[in-house]
Amino acid sequence: MSDHHHKETFVTKYIFSQDHKMISKQFLITGIFMGIIGVFMSMLFRLQIAWPEKSFTIIEAFLGSHQTDGVMDPDMYLALVTIHGTIMVFFVLTAGLSGTFSNLLIPLQIGARDMASGFLNMLSYWLFFISSIIMVISLFVEAGPASAGWTIYPPLSALPEAIPGSGLGMTLWLVSMAIFVASSLIGSLNYIVTIFNLRTKGMKMTRMPLTMWAFFITAIIGVVSFPVLLSAALLLIFDRSFGTSFYLSDIFISGEVLHYQGGSPVLFEHLFWFLGHPEVYIVLLPALGITSEIIATNSRKPIFGYRAMIGSIMAIAFLSTIVWGHHMFISGMNPFLGSVFTFTTLLIAIPSAVKAFNYITTLWKGNLQLNPAMLFSIGLVSTFVTGGLTGLVLGDSALDINVHDTYFVVAHFHLVMGVSAILGMFAGVYHWFPKMYGKMMNKALGYWHFWLTMVAAYGVFFPMHFIGLAGLPRRYYNNTSFPMFDDVADINVVITLFAILGGLAQLLFLANFFISIYRGKAASQNPWKSNTLEWTTPVEHIHGNWPGKIPEVHRWAYDYSKVDENGDYIHGEDFVLQTTPLKDGEDPS
Amino acid sequence: MLALFYIFIAVAIGVSFWQITRILNLRSVIATDKDNDTQGKLFLWFTAFFYAMMIYCLIYMNVLMLPESASIEGEHDDNLFNITFILIGVVQFIMQFLIFYFAYKYRGKKENKALFFADSHKLEAIWTIVPAVVLVVLIGYGLWQWNNIMDLSDSEDPVIIEVYAKQFQWEARYAGDDNTLGRGNVNYIDISNNNTMGVDMSDVNSKDDKKLSAISPVMYLPKGRKVIFKFRSQDVLHSAYMPHFRAQMNCVPGMVTEFGFTPKFTTEEMRVQSEVVAKTAVINEIRKKKGEDPYEFDYILLCNKICGASHFNMQMKIVVVEQEEFNKWYAEQPTLGQELAIK
Repeated sequence: MSDHHHKETFVTKYIFSQDHKMISKQFLITGIFMGIIGVFMSMLFRLQIAWPEKSFTIIEAFLGSHQTDGVMDPDMYLALVTIHGTIMVFFVLTAGLSGTFSNLLIPLQIGARDMASGFLNMLSYWLFFISSIIMVISLFVEAGPASAGWTIYPPLSALPEAIPGSGLGMTLWLVSMAIFVASSLIGSLNYIVTIFNLRTKGMKMTRMPLTMWAFFITAIIGVVSFPVLLSAALLLIFDRSFGTSFYLSDIFISGEVLHYQGGSPVLFEHLFWFLGHPEVYIVLLPALGITSEIIATNSRKPIFGYRAMIGSIMAIAFLSTIVWGHHMFISGMNPFLGSVFTFTTLLIAIPSAVKAFNYITTLWKGNLQLNPAMLFSIGLVSTFVTGGLTGLVLGDSALDINVHDTYFVVAHFHLVMGVSAILGMFAGVYHWFPKMYGKMMNKALGYWHFWLTMVAAYGVFFPMHFIGLAGLPRRYYNNTSFPMFDDVADINVVITLFAILGGLAQLLFLANFFISIYRGKAASQNPWKSNTLEWTTPVEHIHGNWPGKIPEVHRWAYDYSKVDENGDYIHGEDFVLQTTPLKDGEDPS
Repeated sequence: MLALFYIFIAVAIGVSFWQITRILNLRSVIATDKDNDTQGKLFLWFTAFFYAMMIYCLIYMNVLMLPESASIEGEHDDNLFNITFILIGVVQFIMQFLIFYFAYKYRGKKENKALFFADSHKLEAIWTIVPAVVLVVLIGYGLWQWNNIMDLSDSEDPVIIEVYAKQFQWEARYAGDDNTLGRGNVNYIDISNNNTMGVDMSDVNSKDDKKLSAISPVMYLPKGRKVIFKFRSQDVLHSAYMPHFRAQMNCVPGMVTEFGFTPKFTTEEMRVQSEVVAKTAVINEIRKKKGEDPYEFDYILLCNKICGASHFNMQMKIVVVEQEEFNKWYAEQPTLGQELAIK
């Protein structure tokens, strides 16, 4: 920490900061702004799905030339679902979630003064920022933003003749994502190196909180899989701009045969999902890590099965890299491959089940402190189970045939990775807000936010399974061309109403978040009576995190309610900081 | 409906403002015993809402579901789906109850002590092994069925049909008397000469092929005979989805993909099938209210891979008839040789 006593200017402190705590706030706030855009888009297209021919002033106001009398154009509908997916998956749930909490917590929870490389950390944020800006700019190009779905399968994404969004909009999308991948890689490498090298004395790997394990493994998955997305995107850029044929072959469009020969869209699907599936866990594992920490703290109990939790994180991580083909059962790839991917995919149910059961057992006979963060964590376990179970249908190739690309899939992945990860992110914000801003968030607003969000989430996504089972394909601009879907129209209206409720409920969060930064009650040093190291740092942020020496760690993170043979708390309270040395005769758990 | 919508928004905004103004004088930040009690009880109320919703959906949305499989191969899909669905239903009902009930039951009180319970190899072994055993069954049945559907090698005397996708229309070509499709490639497309599917007319197998009329094409299939579909696309990815037959396959430019099934019921038989009758009645009641013509059940092929602006309206009607009727219909269709020679 050479710059420990340097005088900070406004620019080095708030803008080009190399302090992990400031960078984490930058990630969070950028993520929140992207989230507002992403959620707002979902409100717009939900209006279209529920009332396909109705004119809305809000659509007229926001969609400019992409609407006619307040009804959005079909191209714009596809653009909205595409950008909604992209923003939510990458910008909110990858950068917003990992970027915020890995940055904030890794140095604090392992006892390091900062990330291994503060400069690379800063670079990671600014690349993310640039990529966000480019993505936002792409919304304003004349032909509209990328509209080939967030999976941008070629040839649709390669040919502007096929859809207008595949022109400049798609180019910007690809550039933005390429920069995003760079940002994510730099961040992930930093997290891995920091966890490997900068743990304080006594912080063995097996004493790390589960948050650290989750972030660590997530970073590894990111490093393994994100480069493949970059290559997929580069080859697509080549096909689009330099006339190569990696993904394209035998195409006749707008009355002429194009020159492409010998490429295959299936290749793109393989490359895309080689990232795309691990991406689900890049989104989900940090949320599960956050939840593990919050559930243990607020249950005043050790997390049940700590080692099994680590084992299942590793198993999930490993399996996640060999299951990508379950997105492609009916892509035309060899059916034998489909069998292999069915097998590996369904195996993931085992570590996932272990995790869910362990959470439930942690709640059992706890002394639950139902803070907002705890509610969100419990909510996460619920949506994770609901969404995860339907994975048994989708992961089974024989069943996937008939529900592939229907609303059943939409319901499944929104619950299991979308809602779950968002709930985890909210839980993290409520829990670590005192650490980030030295203030407390308002509890009552937090409760309202949770319950409205929870009711809305299930109100939206539970019935959605059933319209999927009725055979309704996703990404349809309207369903009125098929009389056989007339009977799901009312359900779509109800879903949209719940979606609007859910969207509005987030205003409570925004208000709570931004008002609390300035007017929240001052936080105490360890408001949740937690064991982990971050709560031994002063409330006021300082460079280097701890004023004196970095504390030494003597125990794991979960000695909650540890009692001696008389049933009294060994250390007088129901929590024991990791820095507390073992007493004579105390059993190290 | 719209009035309800605005009321909904107004209420939500009202609540927001009411709460936001309260923030200034409500300074409590950490859950007290009273909060734990309230929130714990809210979990019970939520459980009631959630279970009511799940049960409502399961019972009342049943009528919206696709009717039983109209293909012989799809029967096992339905079976496997039912087994899986009952299984996940049971697990869902138990696990959600445990989550929310524990949240209520163990809501914190000052005088309570949590149980220090960090590990139990026995419990962990149970919930590793039980899911593993259940999965072996599901995987086994699933893989057997997958193989069953995808293996088209031993089909006897199948009907061979090429399904051809383009923005935003389906076409189809039957293999003719020799039951072999002539070669196709985008380079042979000749719109002015009506060769819209790019069939190589110099291939000897092409002349007897039969193409559906491009204007509102209807694909006829014989009941009880295996149909093998060869899928092609001329521009972007499409997906040929025939939900009633539990059939779907992507159409990929530059390659031929395939899928096969044996139709089990004719369209007429399906129209009087009890699930179809119930679903049609619901639909027609809705259509009547909107003043639209009544709907009659038909099999359908629709596009299920995002393919552009009119993706939502890319469909083709399928009619399943008895073999004799199929033969009669088939004989009336002109061959490609005749059709393309006339022009």
